[in-house]
Amino acid sequence: MFLQTLFTGLSVGGIYALMAVGYSLIFSILNFSNFAHGSVIMLGAYMGLGLASKFGLKLGFVVAGAMAGGGLLAVLNERLAYRKLRHRNAPSLYLMISAMGCSVFLENMVYVTIGSRFYAFPEFFTRRVVTFLGSSVSVMDLFALAFSLLAIGALGLFLARSRTGIAIRAGVCDMTMCSLMGVDTDRLVALVFLLAGALGGLAGTFMGVRYLVYPTMGWITNKAYIAAVIGGLGSLLGAIVGGVILGVVETFISAYVSSILRDVFSFTILIALLVCMPNGLFGKSMEERV
Amino acid sequence: MSYILSITTLACINMIAVLGLAIFTGFTGLFSFGHAAFMGIGAYVSAILTYYYDVPFFLALACGVAASSAASLIIGVPTLRARLRSDYFAIAILGFGEALRVILENLSITNGARGLPGIAPYTTLPVVLLCLGLCVIVARNFLRSRYGAACIAVREDPVAAEMSGIHLFRTRLLSLALSAAYCGLSGGLLAHYLSFIQPVMFTLVQSTQILAAVIAGGLGSISGPLVASFLFVALPEALRVAQMWRLVAYGLILVLIMLFRPQGLLGHQEISRLFKRPAGEGH
Repeated sequence: MFLQTLFTGLSVGGIYALMAVGYSLIFSILNFSNFAHGSVIMLGAYMGLGLASKFGLKLGFVVAGAMAGGGLLAVLNERLAYRKLRHRNAPSLYLMISAMGCSVFLENMVYVTIGSRFYAFPEFFTRRVVTFLGSSVSVMDLFALAFSLLAIGALGLFLARSRTGIAIRAGVCDMTMCSLMGVDTDRLVALVFLLAGALGGLAGTFMGVRYLVYPTMGWITNKAYIAAVIGGLGSLLGAIVGGVILGVVETFISAYVSSILRDVFSFTILIALLVCMPNGLFGKSMEERV
Repeated sequence: MSYILSITTLACINMIAVLGLAIFTGFTGLFSFGHAAFMGIGAYVSAILTYYYDVPFFLALACGVAASSAASLIIGVPTLRARLRSDYFAIAILGFGEALRVILENLSITNGARGLPGIAPYTTLPVVLLCLGLCVIVARNFLRSRYGAACIAVREDPVAAEMSGIHLFRTRLLSLALSAAYCGLSGGLLAHYLSFIQPVMFTLVQSTQILAAVIAGGLGSISGPLVASFLFVALPEALRVAQMWRLVAYGLILVLIMLFRPQGLLGHQEISRLFKRPAGEGH
């Protein structure tokens, strides 16, 4: 029972981490909470679903398609809803309200056009499970966890080693200075949104496979946001650690205490952390840019 | 006729909540994605009192108002004292609202997610108009008082306001409690008008609708948000737009206003000012 709960928690945590990285990445460079990320994830799931059920593609193509779609959507979102605000140096709160507007807009757009039906992905691994130390783990969960860690690892490597990655990290430190050094900040921000959106599309697909696809599934991303806050907004490592911690703790609470208390607990943690430790476990201290 | 009456009643109930958030967001400068939670508390407390305990309507309403004000202290005291970044504060209130919804959905006295049916329909248009009128008068007087001036000073520049001796924490908390009281009243009236309430009615969607009205109407105006909120309720009804399309529009409005006119349609002005030129001294 204990090990089983732990494994479930880890696989939930892996998906949380994947989504939390998107929040953190954008927060680190633009210093605001991009609530539209949840909708990007949701639409990524729908794209994956469309590719899988309409065209009958294999898992690899589905994941690639959802990543590309999520990335493009996030770039478009930035272009239309944030860029003007960014150029005007608007307070980060305005960006957040705009993001909230996007999220409400996209979510209900899906309601109106696709409908509120719940869709299931076709089975990719026909419910196969492997037994490990007396507890069973589904192959899809293992695959999702491994692929999530791989994607986050690749992102970390990209940020640490590549020339563009260095530019992004420079932008995180000081956007103005970075642009004075000859970096095209608009392109830089677009790239960050592309990366975050691609991870979002990936997370959406895995979430859709694990649960179901429906318009309000972006709500689960509130949890991912909490995970990002636990780890410290803006920190990549923090997002992973926060995601795993939240996933495991939540699973244990719903297994041993009650599944109702689980959500209350998560939101209480969120408020407590914002009040007592707004920089989370690994975040840098950030003042509000006025 | 009864159709127009019911739209007007709903619009006026909504206006009370919008007025509350206008005091908090428009005049004190803090944003909230969770004020629907205060509506929910007002609705549930007053409905439970009249439903199970046969408490007189106005007493129940008053209890609902008191309860949502008290609840606002629970979330307001720690978050405002810690002086969170303004976006963290908005998120903290959002978390509070979501947590409240989960609790409401799992209590037995609230009948869980199925909702509370058969609440006595005490709310009538005259009652709503009376409440709305009182609320507008209270809001006007509050904003013209020392406290209101302190709120506006805090909105304009927290640091300068504090330097001139305004207690930031107390001013913000007072504004939050007052706005929560308005939302509580609105919720109580709504519950006794629809005679059915459900936790889903008081979530982020409702919060967004109130916030969209305040932002669209103008930060720092009372009449602007009132007009905007009336239009938000009446226009889609009149045009027979489906609920989903309304939400699509609210989302779009938030984005467009932020992009093109962040001060809202009226900005810092009142409607009466538009007809009275040249403008007198600033408020």
